[in-house]
Amino acid sequence: MNTPSDFRHQHASHCESGVMSAIVRHYGLPLSEPMALGLASAISFAYLPFVKLGGLPLVAYRMPPRAIIRGLQKPLGLKMRTETFRSAEKGRARLDALLDAGQVVGLQTSVFWLPYFPPDLRFHFNAHNVLAYGRDGDDYLLSDPVFEEPVRCASADLARARFARGVLAPKGLLYYPEGRPVEPDWQQAIPAAIRKTVRIMLRAPLPLIGVRGVERVARAVERLPAGEQVAQSKLFVGHLVRMQEEIGTGGGGFRYMYASFLEEAADRLARPAFADLAGELVEIGDGWREFALAAARMIRDRDPFDGPRLAALLRHQGQRERELFTRLDHATR
Amino acid sequence: MKAEDVPQEGNTTLGGQRKAMYARGADGRIGIVASQGWEAEEIVTRQAVEELERLAADARRRALAGETSPLEYHMYRARMDITLLSQVTGLWAWRVRRHLRPAVFARLSPALRARYAAALGIEPQRLDRLDP
Repeated sequence: MNTPSDFRHQHASHCESGVMSAIVRHYGLPLSEPMALGLASAISFAYLPFVKLGGLPLVAYRMPPRAIIRGLQKPLGLKMRTETFRSAEKGRARLDALLDAGQVVGLQTSVFWLPYFPPDLRFHFNAHNVLAYGRDGDDYLLSDPVFEEPVRCASADLARARFARGVLAPKGLLYYPEGRPVEPDWQQAIPAAIRKTVRIMLRAPLPLIGVRGVERVARAVERLPAGEQVAQSKLFVGHLVRMQEEIGTGGGGFRYMYASFLEEAADRLARPAFADLAGELVEIGDGWREFALAAARMIRDRDPFDGPRLAALLRHQGQRERELFTRLDHATR
Repeated sequence: MKAEDVPQEGNTTLGGQRKAMYARGADGRIGIVASQGWEAEEIVTRQAVEELERLAADARRRALAGETSPLEYHMYRARMDITLLSQVTGLWAWRVRRHLRPAVFARLSPALRARYAAALGIEPQRLDRLDP
């Protein structure tokens, strides 16, 4: 058995922020998961109707995969080394060499091929992040942040998961830091990260990103038919809710996690205005969950399917987020 | 959301796992609370799984009636669709669609059968079988 004895697993909400905060912590700098999300400016909203996953449009409540891995480099003065591979053999050999040298290594995987996942959650989603911290015989010892305890995975299964093909194919991606993270200048790093998020949420050049994306989804939901094609309409809103609640978001589509970041920012910078905004963002997260509940009830026919009603809830969410991020913008100045 | 409002409804799709959620605790701070799941979330997950199961059962019925090839059944059983199966095998989508025709599927070369089997994570001889 080969494990760094000092590695500590920690339960997190989201895979990428969980893995990155674990790596940074392991190499000497305590960093919470919400701080990893916030410093990397990784919260967002995107609706890309022309990118289809299983016939449904791409909807995300955050920035694209790898945004946190990349986004933490500058504030933490941390160079992240990333490697992809042509063949599974080479990918495995490199991972083994790094683990034997005592590194902890981040991996991009497909959820479908990870046997330790509950069967109902095994979809073809290729951008799930886990952390490898050792091996034991044919098993890899993994810290999967969205699980409460560390897990094990046989080498053949992990190879399948790392070399799955399709949209966002991981190509065996592994990543690890070169050197150690340094404590950032919080007074500078936090406002800069928040301003970037504000820019994306309010002033993205495409009307599909940020609060304008929320409004665009609302328009699409409003037009969903209730008659004969209601099954397809229900799949669309079910998909919206799945992306918001199920894919390791900490609830409310990352809004609660970002609220926790704002609360931490308020303490670090001694700016109580951020704590007030955190409270409002928690309420916005609650609003997202009201939308999820209303949609779920319609999916199970407890309420009749009503696109305009769901659209009104979404529009309200868009409007509240517009106000919140505008006030956040002023608070950083 | 307050910590005591974090749902503990025993979402069966989590397979007994608990997930980390952020909520405001009794001390007034937002932090992680382990959740046993929420019914709304269970509903949308089951909806997606049931849709794939419905497509697989429908394909199986049509394959038994000789209207489609067993490949369509195995595709949905592996939670894929034509787009994904084409990406995973590296075959054009029109070729995959053609292989869903029973007569074409019956003449498939061993190499192509091996390619499909590997993509679907099953043995090549399993491709002809329709056991659920």
